[in-house]
Amino acid sequence: MKADPKNVLTGSHYLDGNHASAEGGIAAGCKFFAGYPITPSTEIAERVSRRFPLIGGVFIQMEDELASMAAILGASWGGVKSMSCTSGPGFSLMMENFGLGIMLETPCVLINVQRGGPSTGLPTLPGQADMMQARWGSHGDYEVIALAPDSPQESFELTIHAFNLSEKYHMPVLVMTDECVGHMTERVVIPPAEEIELVERRYTDKEPGEAWPYEPTEGGVSPFLPVGKGYKFHVTGLTHDYRGYPVINAETQETNVRRLIDKVNNHVDEIIWLEEKDVEGAEIVVMAYGISSRVIQPAITKARKEGIKVGQIKMVTVWPFPEKRVRELAGQVKSLIMVEMNYGQVFLEMDRCAAGKCQTYLVGHAGGTVHNPDDIYKTIKEAVK
Amino acid sequence: MTTKVTEKRMQEREEHPMERLLRMDRIPHIWCPTCGIGTTVTALAVALKQLQLDLNNVAIVSGIGCTGRVAGYTKLDSFHTTHGRAIPFALGLHIARPDLKVIVFSGDGDLVSIGGNHLIHTARRNVDITVICVNNFIYAMTGGQVAPTTPITARSATSPYGNYEHPFNIPLLAASSGAVYVARWTALHVRRLTVAIKEALTKRGFSFVEVIAPCSTLYARLNKLGSGLDLMKFYHDNSVIRHGADPKEVNIDYQSKIAVGKFVDIEKPTYLDCLNNAYKKKFGDKYKPYGGGNGDK
Repeated sequence: MKADPKNVLTGSHYLDGNHASAEGGIAAGCKFFAGYPITPSTEIAERVSRRFPLIGGVFIQMEDELASMAAILGASWGGVKSMSCTSGPGFSLMMENFGLGIMLETPCVLINVQRGGPSTGLPTLPGQADMMQARWGSHGDYEVIALAPDSPQESFELTIHAFNLSEKYHMPVLVMTDECVGHMTERVVIPPAEEIELVERRYTDKEPGEAWPYEPTEGGVSPFLPVGKGYKFHVTGLTHDYRGYPVINAETQETNVRRLIDKVNNHVDEIIWLEEKDVEGAEIVVMAYGISSRVIQPAITKARKEGIKVGQIKMVTVWPFPEKRVRELAGQVKSLIMVEMNYGQVFLEMDRCAAGKCQTYLVGHAGGTVHNPDDIYKTIKEAVK
Repeated sequence: MTTKVTEKRMQEREEHPMERLLRMDRIPHIWCPTCGIGTTVTALAVALKQLQLDLNNVAIVSGIGCTGRVAGYTKLDSFHTTHGRAIPFALGLHIARPDLKVIVFSGDGDLVSIGGNHLIHTARRNVDITVICVNNFIYAMTGGQVAPTTPITARSATSPYGNYEHPFNIPLLAASSGAVYVARWTALHVRRLTVAIKEALTKRGFSFVEVIAPCSTLYARLNKLGSGLDLMKFYHDNSVIRHGADPKEVNIDYQSKIAVGKFVDIEKPTYLDCLNNAYKKKFGDKYKPYGGGNGDK
């Protein structure tokens, strides 16, 4: 299905990442936005609140982030594409109902414009230290999908992609941007609506009385049951069987949790999106995501000019982690370097997957500013030894 | 052989009056004998039947706790959500599908303690949903801990020497936050409670019904108040019908008289009325009144 031209501001714009994220959501057909103001994400809510009235959407500023996340789940079950945005402390509050969204298998999109933490931290400065919270922030075992845009253009595109993934895999999908991308203003090209491909919700074709919300299917995702059509279905945050009925025992827990894990794990090859450059024959590969994937460029250019064989991987999806690719590379390269604005959250995964087959390096710091390219260059020099 | 006999019996027997609303495949329920939640669910079932509402267009949302299990037993599109968040979940569902009747059915701890912020803000916005709050003065599901509704001196698992905190007066909280309909009955006022639920369901805006219910296993036992049935009778017999009473004056003390009745019944534009009016005024004919999303297959 193509995007609705009414929602798409086709043309060339000069937008910051937050405004571009808002346009991405709107282009994807989002018609319900519930949020709570928090720096540095608020411009997303502000733009949505301006744009929605004339295109049939509802923006509501909720009493807190707990309510915002709960409301977008409710609206999504009502059949409306829904999203919210937040940052640091708000992300912590949303984790409760993010878990409910995972458990109820509810499509929606949550944008976290990361700032420095912990706690109130650095409200106006960038960080990438919520990456492990994105992965494990809500209690229990589950898989997540998290995307990391590196620019306003990607903020637009990846928000649409996040909606598509959420509708495909029936789960909340995270867009993990940061203050730098959110407040960076660049050219954003919004294509014509007919060039924007959207995944629409797949509803059951069974009759009421014959359909259950979590029937086992080959891909692990059951068709959605619509509200108000006589299906009279039940869904619960408790461990449940295919009928959506709570069943409190280890066996059902195993089936339920495996379902949440497998529907992502069995499709990692489709979900994982990496952009590789000069990796073939490289001695050193620098991995980064979001804004950090741009900051590594001067260091790599400098090192390559000196004849160092250094390649790069931009992780457009951070979760699920590209485990297979990193294991493969670890057997081929001398060193893997992770560059991120934290003290080694995604690095831990890279290091685990390298499994001692190559050297691993972290270029990390506590956030508040992007990296100094010299620090990355120095690590490349160190790694090539 | 046994199976055949059972099937025959099933076919021959009359439909249970509650069968229309209950998921019979989930019965028996978890509630204790003489718990007040049962009669409250019956009152909802009868109210829905008498209103002749198409049950396809009714959805129910619960939070967590004993009363939070109601969504799981009702044969409606039903959502068992997180602790305290039934109201904002219901708000999202209502905005997506304003054509549906959305009911929140939960307990005092869920709605007034952990969900208190959502209760007051959703009442303030006058979102067109109905909230049924079963108040048993205690956290029952977790084993009888003190609640923001526990009367002073009442004992609980975490107020073993008697509660000393001022409790909430729930009708006052709902009314002062903006609810357009506020009523309170006890779980034994089944007929009057049914009428109140019918009125709440037909009211446009945020309607709120508090139900004073005995917790037989914990509140009654910890406070040596006899059986659940004794407590149910006590609440009923000690209630005083005071329609139109000032919500400020309906607070409940330990084993005191309980003011019941319809305290608030006023008209006020709903959240979606206000949204549509404001945008219509601003944008004129360019604005198409919001009517909800497409829940169509």
